Amino acid sequence: MSGLTIAKIQNLSKSFVKLKALNSISMQLQAGKVISVLGPNGAGKTTLINLMLGRLAPDQGEIDIFGYQPGDINLKRLCGAMLQISNLPETLTIREHIELFQSYYAEPMSYQKVISLAGLENIENRKSKDLSGGQKQRLLFALSICGNPKLLFLDEPSVGMDVSARKSLWLAIESLKKEGTSIVLTTHYLEEADQLSDEIIMLNQGRIIHQGTPESIKAKTQHKKIRFTSNLEPHQFAALVGVIKVEKAKDLIEVQSNTPEKTLREIFSITSDIANLSVSGALLEDAFIALNESHQQQEKTIQNI
Amino acid sequence: MNSIAQPLKPNLLKIYLLESKMEVLKVLRSPGFTLPSLLFPVMFYLFFGVIFTMSSSMPTYLLATYGTFGVIGPALFSFGVGVAIERGQGWFDLKEVSPMPASAYVLGRVCTTVVFSIAIIVLLFTLGAAVGDVRLPRLDWLLLAVVLILGSVPFCAIGLALGLFLKSNSAPAVVNLIYLPMAFLSGLWVPISFFPEMMQSVANFLPAYHLAQLGLKVVGMDQSQNVWIHIGVLTGYLIVFTGLAMKAYYRKDKA
Repeated sequence: MSGLTIAKIQNLSKSFVKLKALNSISMQLQAGKVISVLGPNGAGKTTLINLMLGRLAPDQGEIDIFGYQPGDINLKRLCGAMLQISNLPETLTIREHIELFQSYYAEPMSYQKVISLAGLENIENRKSKDLSGGQKQRLLFALSICGNPKLLFLDEPSVGMDVSARKSLWLAIESLKKEGTSIVLTTHYLEEADQLSDEIIMLNQGRIIHQGTPESIKAKTQHKKIRFTSNLEPHQFAALVGVIKVEKAKDLIEVQSNTPEKTLREIFSITSDIANLSVSGALLEDAFIALNESHQQQEKTIQNI
Repeated sequence: MNSIAQPLKPNLLKIYLLESKMEVLKVLRSPGFTLPSLLFPVMFYLFFGVIFTMSSSMPTYLLATYGTFGVIGPALFSFGVGVAIERGQGWFDLKEVSPMPASAYVLGRVCTTVVFSIAIIVLLFTLGAAVGDVRLPRLDWLLLAVVLILGSVPFCAIGLALGLFLKSNSAPAVVNLIYLPMAFLSGLWVPISFFPEMMQSVANFLPAYHLAQLGLKVVGMDQSQNVWIHIGVLTGYLIVFTGLAMKAYYRKDKA
């Protein structure tokens, strides 16, 4: 199935009273891929998801998923969704919630598999009101996958989860993907997007400012980070070849360079007092900030003209 | 565009059964809803219908009107407040994007209302027969029960429309503001014939008045209006509020 286009979005626009939430967005989803939608608050992520789920009607443009329009009951039977919700009926148990949602689908995922993918073993008979925030999130994840969906929408799935719960969520997402599930993910955690996505769409102010693999986005920021401890002052490295920025965090000096090899040679030529050296590629987060900044500058330039 | 074969349809009956079961369980496990719904009509009937009764026909008369009061409460609150709260939580949205048929959601809550109606009717009838000395032919007991249970359906529709329009924090207050004055003005607490004529004619616009009159017709104590007037008004309310609820449900951009 991989490689097939399962969803097409064309020139999608949506405005609220005064705000242009989405401005002529076009994108495609491929079968068996994870696509992440990233962006600051108000960028249009939730609007995009709500349009795809049929909860909002577009002003302009088209959405076609598996040949259906959003909101079609046949489409709903092929999808699962995890939304950001504040609470769920308190007096039902995890088992009851899952059994009910399974009944909505003709060929649901087996109960045991749902429980193990969502990490809900041993608390199946607990009522929702006795669950922690992270456990509620896992229950909502369980409800989203219990229909064996072909397409899964996850809106900020790991909010409120601790580190180990988040890692096991990632494993569950990986294993669903291996079975051919396509996933649309929105997240605030760049590490999550980096780890899971085949493709990232970066939204800002209702527009796609970048679209590509995590690697291609990271490559947008060519520089590397050189970290070390030294008795020299940070500003003494600022003038070296290729250096963009020097920062000091506690004992660690952090030099960002777009020609790391040359910069390193110069660092060693000015001092031998270097310890704890490490060189790393840019994180997605750095790329994200850089892209956002450049986008904002472009906007300003356009406005000034 | 590739085309995936049309997905298989799930078993609708199974969805209806599970949805109803869960809805009833949900409410039975919430004493904050269960106790007032059952105790208020029973307590009122005990005080005004049995203990402070003014005539020998009073317990029978008030059995029909407090029965009406009893069955419309859960209908208005389970739908009006319950749906508004689930909308406020976002839970309703999740149900809406899931492949749950909307009919299952409505049916589940209608079931809950019916369960409560039966419980209230059993309590009131027992009280009326045992303490209030109410004597009716066996068929009339049954007919009164059926009238009250079926008669709660238009109030489910009113509740559903309210639940889809109201905000969760204001819903309980608004529903009470409709429920209690309507109950009084419809003659559910005090017989309608005690009211000045002007108020009696106002009652003709209220659905609770017409359901009470249907109940009273069973025991031969109604205002002698044509039975079809009552059924017609109740059906009118059912149609109008079902329409409003559907309009609210299928309205997009409710986020």
